[in-house]
Amino acid sequence: MHNVAVLLSIGRHPVSGRARRAATDAQALEMALALRPRRLTAIHAGPATDTEALRAYLGMGLERLTLLTLPEGTDPIEPLIAHLRQFDPSVVLTGRQAEDGEGSGMLPYLIARGLDAAVVPDVVRIGPTNAPDAMAGAADLVQALPRGQRRALTATGRFVATIHPSAPPARASAFGPARRGVIEPVAAQATADLFLSDCEHRPWRPKPKLMRVKRGGSALDRLKAATESKSGKGQLLVNPTAEAGALAIYDSLVEQGMLP
Amino acid sequence: MIATALTTVVLAVLAIGAALAAWQSRRWLAGRPATVGVVAGLRALPGRYLVDVHHVVGRTPFNARFHALAAGGFLAAIGLLVAMGVGLAGWRIVWLLLAVVLAAMLAGSLMVWHRRRVVRPRELSQGRFARLPVSLLGFSACLLVVSLDQSLGGVMPEALALVLVAIAGLALADLVWGVWKGPLKHAVHGALHLAFHPRPARFHDGKGRDTGLKPLPLAPAEDAGLAEPGALGVERPVDFAWNRLLGFDACVQCGRCETACPAYAAGLPLNPKKLVQDLVAAMDSQASDAAYAGNPHPGRGVGNAHGGAALPLIGPDAMIHPDTLWSCTTCRACVQECPMMIEHVDAVVDLRRFQTLELGATPGKAAVMLEELRATDNPGGRALSRRWDWAADLSLPRLPAGGFCDTLLWVGDGAFDLRVQRSLRALVVLLRRAGVDFAVLGDEELDCGDVARRLGDEATFQSLATRNVATLNARRFNRIVTADPHALHTLRNEYPAFGGNWTVVHHTALLLELITNGALTVTRPVGRSVTFHDPCYLGRYNGEIEAPRALLDAIGVERREMLRSGLRSSCCGGGGGAPLTDVSGERRIPDVRMEHVRETGASMVAVACPNCALMLEGVVGPRPEVAEIAELVLAATETAR
Repeated sequence: MHNVAVLLSIGRHPVSGRARRAATDAQALEMALALRPRRLTAIHAGPATDTEALRAYLGMGLERLTLLTLPEGTDPIEPLIAHLRQFDPSVVLTGRQAEDGEGSGMLPYLIARGLDAAVVPDVVRIGPTNAPDAMAGAADLVQALPRGQRRALTATGRFVATIHPSAPPARASAFGPARRGVIEPVAAQATADLFLSDCEHRPWRPKPKLMRVKRGGSALDRLKAATESKSGKGQLLVNPTAEAGALAIYDSLVEQGMLP
Repeated sequence: MIATALTTVVLAVLAIGAALAAWQSRRWLAGRPATVGVVAGLRALPGRYLVDVHHVVGRTPFNARFHALAAGGFLAAIGLLVAMGVGLAGWRIVWLLLAVVLAAMLAGSLMVWHRRRVVRPRELSQGRFARLPVSLLGFSACLLVVSLDQSLGGVMPEALALVLVAIAGLALADLVWGVWKGPLKHAVHGALHLAFHPRPARFHDGKGRDTGLKPLPLAPAEDAGLAEPGALGVERPVDFAWNRLLGFDACVQCGRCETACPAYAAGLPLNPKKLVQDLVAAMDSQASDAAYAGNPHPGRGVGNAHGGAALPLIGPDAMIHPDTLWSCTTCRACVQECPMMIEHVDAVVDLRRFQTLELGATPGKAAVMLEELRATDNPGGRALSRRWDWAADLSLPRLPAGGFCDTLLWVGDGAFDLRVQRSLRALVVLLRRAGVDFAVLGDEELDCGDVARRLGDEATFQSLATRNVATLNARRFNRIVTADPHALHTLRNEYPAFGGNWTVVHHTALLLELITNGALTVTRPVGRSVTFHDPCYLGRYNGEIEAPRALLDAIGVERREMLRSGLRSSCCGGGGGAPLTDVSGERRIPDVRMEHVRETGASMVAVACPNCALMLEGVVGPRPEVAEIAELVLAATETAR
C-alpha cells in the first residue's frame, strides 16, 4: 500500500446545513494518514463552491489536495476515474456516503468498476497482511457488519474501500496547517448529471416513526406497547423468489394499515 | 584594614553578582520581541513594588515583616558598605549605623529561619532554598559583631575580625550566587518584571485590573501564498515574548499558587509553581527538572521531564505533560496569589493555542465540541432556534436589527441546559415583575466564544466575536445583562478589541439595583443559612464580589462565608474548558469546593454562574442545596395572593 488515494467530499452539518468536512471522509483520511503511504493523493471533485470547507481536511496534516473543478450539476464519476488512472493507486479510500448532493453511496462502486478494482464496503481497519504466504501488497481488512459484528478479509490487488462510521475517529483539524495547506485546482470536463437535475430538492426531516396506539389497559401495558420492540414475530424468508418476497412485504403493509 | 577588607569583599562579590545577572539575562532576552515602555516602567517600579507587591505579600503579615527587615536591612547594609568603600570608612557613626541595619537584618533572618527551618510550610521548596536562612544569618550576624566592635573603637583581635569578614563574605557570595539560580533571583528578576510587565494595566497606576486575553493576530488566509504565516501560539520557550520569560524567571517558589490552585487541591496533575519552574528550567539549552525541590505535579514524579529553549514544551516526555496543561481551569487563583505578579493563565492559554491551532491536539470531548461550535455556532451542535425552547411560553421580545431596548438579555449557552433554564426563567420573571424594558437577540445570539478561546482555539473565538459584535452593534440598547459571568467577562473585557464597547452588567448587580430602587419588594425573606460561592469570572476577573452579597443580605438570608471567598474564592472546576478536557485526578474539583461549603454549616450554597450551578449540583449527596441567586430572589419577592 504505497500508493493510496482518498476521495474527500464537502459535508453538510445536519443541523446548521453549513459546509464542513464530511464525517466518514475525514475518517477515511485519518486511515490513509495512519497507513503512512509513500504517496498519498487526496482528491475532491465538484463545483467551486464552499471549497473553503476542504481546508478542514488540510488541517488534519494533509499538505495538498487536488480540486477537480467541475461545472455545477455534473457527474463527478468520469473525471474522478480519469484522474485516478493517472496515479494508478493500489488503494482508494472514501466515506461510505456523501452528506450532500445525491448521497446514494454508489460512487465507490462506480469508481471501482471504472478502475477495474474490487470494492470493500464498511471497512473499519486496514493494515498490511500478516499471513506469511500472502502476495506482496496484500492487505488485511476488517469490515463492519450489522449489530457490531466484524469480518476479517484479505484483499489482494487494487481495491476501493468505503469507511464505516465506527472506524477510528478522525483527528481534530487544526487552523494553522489548514491555512498553510495547498488546494490545487484542476479544471475537468464532465457530463451533466441528468438524474440529479431531475430530482426534487427539499429539506430533510426525520422519518416519521410508525406508532401503534394502544388504547385502554393499564399504564404499564400502554408503556410496554409504546416502547417494546416486537421480536420473533416476523416472518423469515431465505432466498425467496421475487414474487414471494414482494407478496410478504405487501401483506405486511396491509396488516399495518399502510395500504388499503 | 578591616574596613578595606570588608568593602573589597563586598564590592567584588557584588560585581560578580552583576556579571551573573547580566549573563543570565541572555536566557530571557532570547524570547520574542515585545513592546514595553522602558522608562515609564522603571519610573513606575517603586510604586508597583510598594503598593501592588506589598498588597499581596501583606496577606501573610509575618512574611511581610521579615521581608521588610531582612531585605531592607540587607539593602541598607550593602549601601553603607559601598559608601564606606568610596571614602566614608573610619567614621564611627557609619559603623554604628551599619550595626543598626544589620541588627534589623538579623531579626529578619531569624524570622526566615523560623519559617523555613522550624515551621516548614509544605508549599515551600527545599534544596537551595533551605540554605537561604543560613546565609542570611551568617552575613548579618558576623558583620554585626564586626561593626559593633568597630563602632566601639575595635577591641577585637584583628585576625578574628578578618575571619568574621571572610565568613560574611562567603555568606554574601552564597546570597549573590542565588541571583544566578537561587532564592535571590526573584529580587533582580522580580524588579525587572515589575518594570516591564506584560500587563502594566493590572497595577494600581493602571486600571488596577487587567484580565482579558489579548487577541492573537491571525494573518488572513490570502497571505498564505505570499509569505508563509508563522506558527500560532507557543511551542518552545523562545516563542514567549521576552518579558513573559522574565516573569517566569522571577518566580521565588513561595508556593502560594500551589495552595490556591483548585486542580492541585483535587490532585489533578497540575502544580502552578512546578509549571512555572518547568518553564524556567526549559529556558536552558539542556534542561531537566531534576534540580526542582518542591512538590511535583500530583501523580507525576520529578526528574523525568527534559527539554530546552528551542525544544517543544508540551509532550509526554517533554518538560510539561499535556495532562498538566489541560488541567487548568483558568480560574486565576494562582495569579491572584502570586507576589511576583506572574501571569500563569496567559502562559497556559498561549501553550494551548499552539496545541489547538497548530497540532489539533485538544484532548477528549473538547475537540468534538470545537468542531460542532465551528459548524453550528454553539458548543452542543444544536439549532440556534432551540436556545429559546425553555421560553416558548414566555414570549420574549426579540430585538431586531436597528431596534432599541433598555436592557438586552444575553442568555448564553446555558440556555440549552435544563438546569440553567430554570434560573433563566426565574430571571425573566423577575425582569417582568420589576417592569424592566428588556429584549433578547433570538437566533442571532451565538456562543460568545469563551470556552473556545480558553481551549486555545483563537480562530473560532475571533470568528464568533466579530459576528457577535456586528450583531450587537446593529442594535441600540443601554446595557447588556447576563447571568453568565463567562459571557460577561468576554463581552465586557475581550470584545472591545473587536470593536464592541457596551455596558455589560451581571444579573446580580441588576437585581440588587431593582431591589434598592424599589422595583422589587422583598416579601418573604429567605431566612436560611446560605453561603455564596464566588464565580471566578465575576470575582477575580471582574472584581464584583459586593453586589451578590448585598443582594443575599437584601433577601434576608443568614449569610455565612467560606474560608476561601471573594477574590480568594476557590474554583468549582467548570472554567477554561476543564469539564471537556476532563483530566482525571484523585478527586473532582467540585467535590473539594463542596467540602468548603460543608465546613460553613450552611444549608444552601448560592451560585451566580451556570457553570458553577452544574458543577456543584453534580456533587453526590447528601450535600447542601445548590440554588442560583435569581431563584432565591424570585422566591423572596413572590407577591402574596
